[in-house]
Amino acid sequence: MPIITAQGLTMQYPRVRALDELSFAVEPGVVGLVGSNGAGKSTLIKILLGLLPPSSGQASVLGLDVARQGTRIRGRVGFMPEYECLPPDVSATEFVVHLSRMSGLPATAARERTADTLRHVGLYEERYRPIGEYSTGMRQRVKLAQALVHDPQLVFLDEPTNGLDPAGRDEMLGLIRRIYTDFGISVLVTSHLLGELERICDHIVIIDGGRLLRSQAVAAFTTTSGVLTVEVEQGADTLAEKLAAGGLQVRPEGRLLQVDIAGEQTYDLIRDGVADLGLCLIRLEQRRHHIEEVFTA
Amino acid sequence: MTTPSATPSAIHDIGYRHYDGPRLGRAYILRSLFVQNLRAAYGLGRPAKAKALPFILFAFMLVPALGSIALVALSKEPRLLIRYSAYTIDLQILVAIFLATQSPVLASRELRSHVIPLYFSRPVGALDFVLAKFGAFTTALFVLLATPVTLLYAGALATRDPKAKSLLNARPGDTPSHVDSVGTHTLHYLGALTGCLLFALVLAALGLVIAAWTPRRGFGVAAVMAVYMLSSTIVLIVQGIATTQGHYEVAGWAGLFSVFNLIDIVQAKLLGATSTMDVPTSALAGPAAALLCAAIVAGALAILYTRFRKAGTS
Repeated sequence: MPIITAQGLTMQYPRVRALDELSFAVEPGVVGLVGSNGAGKSTLIKILLGLLPPSSGQASVLGLDVARQGTRIRGRVGFMPEYECLPPDVSATEFVVHLSRMSGLPATAARERTADTLRHVGLYEERYRPIGEYSTGMRQRVKLAQALVHDPQLVFLDEPTNGLDPAGRDEMLGLIRRIYTDFGISVLVTSHLLGELERICDHIVIIDGGRLLRSQAVAAFTTTSGVLTVEVEQGADTLAEKLAAGGLQVRPEGRLLQVDIAGEQTYDLIRDGVADLGLCLIRLEQRRHHIEEVFTA
Repeated sequence: MTTPSATPSAIHDIGYRHYDGPRLGRAYILRSLFVQNLRAAYGLGRPAKAKALPFILFAFMLVPALGSIALVALSKEPRLLIRYSAYTIDLQILVAIFLATQSPVLASRELRSHVIPLYFSRPVGALDFVLAKFGAFTTALFVLLATPVTLLYAGALATRDPKAKSLLNARPGDTPSHVDSVGTHTLHYLGALTGCLLFALVLAALGLVIAAWTPRRGFGVAAVMAVYMLSSTIVLIVQGIATTQGHYEVAGWAGLFSVFNLIDIVQAKLLGATSTMDVPTSALAGPAAALLCAAIVAGALAILYTRFRKAGTS
């Protein structure tokens, strides 16, 4: 059963059309919603939360209709906004306990779930300090924790990597992937960077100016391409000549060689070639497509 | 910032557990919201700095009551007890400071930190959200106002001379609350409690609306204080002019434009209290003032509802 569906979803504001006849359906997993700023990502999330009635069209979340069953949807999903949304003068524990009670968890359960969830997102001793003293990375974790604390079936994460340094970004992306693989909670994550989402998503929805560009499983984009990537420490040129002489299609690409796979013997030819020339082989792998190539093509 | 134990690898070790316990409904959420806001009004659950002012003001509110009881106990003169219904009005400056400093805590603190959408992305409705805030602030104010009045009442009963029952047949000129019987004390005490509740409702409504309009905390405090000072000063000036020109009825009606006068009119006309201020003699004044109180509360709730709904969904 799809976790999210949209049928001709349109959101017309007085001056702009934020969403234009958007239709798609996605299965459980990690779903990336990609679009530039102002593409309509946040508007779509508000509609899916049942907080904003669309001008026309329908949408459902977890099989519930956004127009009529908004309260039930909001009981079963979590939401992490893009913007800063934390009070500076309370501790992460106090804040997350309070919000889990707002999702209907009894007091004891709220405390237990808060302690567990903060640990899962990587907040430890600091959780008793006021949030005002936290770094950007820690704040993002608190925001994520409040979206997960009531054990939702689906979370909406709006630009969760915003403002993070590269290391923090990688950690957050890893965490998002684990929300599905380890916690079993489906994720809709937005970003304006396609590259970072393709690593963690099962399905990508791309919108631009409120219109759907593409909605497709990531596996379909990144299937193996029938090309081998060969990297040697030195002597790539001589290896290329030798392989070409052996009847292979070889294209140098920077320090790498891209070799078309003609059959099983291609691997042997490369192995022998490298061994004969006494080169140091660093990498021999099947090349995968990147989503971005597909969309820029 | 990073502690040695906070390595990402440690996260993997603890398995995720799903929650399959109860998810409670609207009544529980409403109650939790109410309690959280009530605690916030007195700075509970926030740093010590946030607790200082409300508790100091609360303590100051008790001082005159304690002094008054001590005076009655020493002098054996029950007429020296501060009148229950006049207590809030006498100490209105303290009440106004509490209102000004604590209204922004409830009304604009969460607007400022953009927390509201986190509520509305949960099964929390905008109306429940506003009602919980209003109810909590009303309760906080009621506790502030009713505690000293209750203290006065307890003190009056404790220091009462059992032989003074003859005072029931009061001398002419005695105000009713100075008549020293348990029955009259209780009657006046209950009337004053109703007055406290009315004060709490109207003050909470005005304080929250003004503070919700001014997202900056400092501006909120100043705005609430300014509305209180301006309204009471202007009313005082108008009443002064009207009185010197002999328009006593106009002076009384002018009281509708200042909260403390407004509720004083209700207390005097409908709750059997004695007023210290100008009160219109017309029988219509009581119902009119009560109606105005109701209109203020209803209007404030409507404004707060729109304000928070907008903040929570945009």
